[in-house]
Amino acid sequence: MADPMKIRAQMKGDVAEVRVLMSHAMETGTRKEADGKLVPAHHIQNMTVALNGKTVIAGQIAGSVSKNPVFGFKVKGAKAGDKVAVSWIDNKGDKRTDEAAVA
Amino acid sequence: MKRLIAGMLGGLLVMGGAAAQTDKKPASKPAAKPAAQAVQAAPAAEVKDAATLEFEKFRAEMEDSNPAELFEMKGEEQWKAKRGPKNVSLAESCDLGKGVGQVAGAYVIHPRYYADANAVMDLERRVVWCMVEKQGFKFDDIAKKPFADSNSTPDITNLVTYVATHSKNMKIAVPLDDPKVRDAFETGKAMAAYRAGPYDFSCNTCHSGDGKRIRMQQLPNISTPEGAIKGVQGWPGYRMTGGVMLTHQWRMTDCFRQQRFPQPKYASDAIANLLTYMIGTANGLEYKGPGIKR
Repeated sequence: MADPMKIRAQMKGDVAEVRVLMSHAMETGTRKEADGKLVPAHHIQNMTVALNGKTVIAGQIAGSVSKNPVFGFKVKGAKAGDKVAVSWIDNKGDKRTDEAAVA
Repeated sequence: MKRLIAGMLGGLLVMGGAAAQTDKKPASKPAAKPAAQAVQAAPAAEVKDAATLEFEKFRAEMEDSNPAELFEMKGEEQWKAKRGPKNVSLAESCDLGKGVGQVAGAYVIHPRYYADANAVMDLERRVVWCMVEKQGFKFDDIAKKPFADSNSTPDITNLVTYVATHSKNMKIAVPLDDPKVRDAFETGKAMAAYRAGPYDFSCNTCHSGDGKRIRMQQLPNISTPEGAIKGVQGWPGYRMTGGVMLTHQWRMTDCFRQQRFPQPKYASDAIANLLTYMIGTANGLEYKGPGIKR
């Protein structure tokens, strides 16, 4: 089962700054073990960000993104108390959604 | 809805690994504030080149979203959960010098002497002791793989990270007036000066002078408080290369390896003594919590 994300959303002026820390192995599928066997690819494929239930970002990422990745973005028009929900699905079908309120 | 999408500034930023952050101050201000301050504070012997300044900027950016937090979250769960053959939680059984279950400020008062274990213990050693004595885990099982690699992170690393987080921005206060701790300090000091191995190295060969470095890595002078704190700061730390969370015990063990010394035993007196010398030398200075390393 996937580990929880850490989401921090803070108002800076009239813009909400959101930082998401995800726990994921993000295997590229090209790395080899000591015995020469390929480590199978295992990475997040789709991520979406929703503000109060409305999707504001729908994106695709792949194995070039680092392990335990950090994403940062700014949302205009958000206000304190709004709910930011981040979800991802990886190439093995594993998924995770976490939510945080804008502070 | 449309306005929201249009309002996304900068889009998605991917950081971590070797990826650099692009959403930054204008290029006309190359030196970020923390780096600039560090230059002023640095002693004259330590001239920082452009690359060092860049690394410091990079680190300052990354500290803002340190993946160590992920390990801290797991550590908190494991601290509070009933685990082990005796089915007790550390939160209800483990005394880290601040009372049973108390973690606030516990990291900065280690190493310290524990009468119940009759030993001077650094924090990691103490948590291991609790896991063995209170929860009934087998020491040999923990010692079999005490440190993280890119495939897995042992529970003990999560726990240490959790405890260390709760000493953020606190002053280091190793109880050096305790004779047993003082003893460990002196032994640790002697160990740091002990030259041996195929290279005839001691810890002090690299770590007792100002302004030394290996490749791009500045070496802290652990014989001074300012240098020692640099060696204490950032442990436990998240190493971006490989994405592993590592503890101060690991750093000591790896120094032994780099000197081509025999591998020290995990959670042993030797490591506790060395850590007492190093952390004790940094007494009174501020610990900034779990760190991030390239």
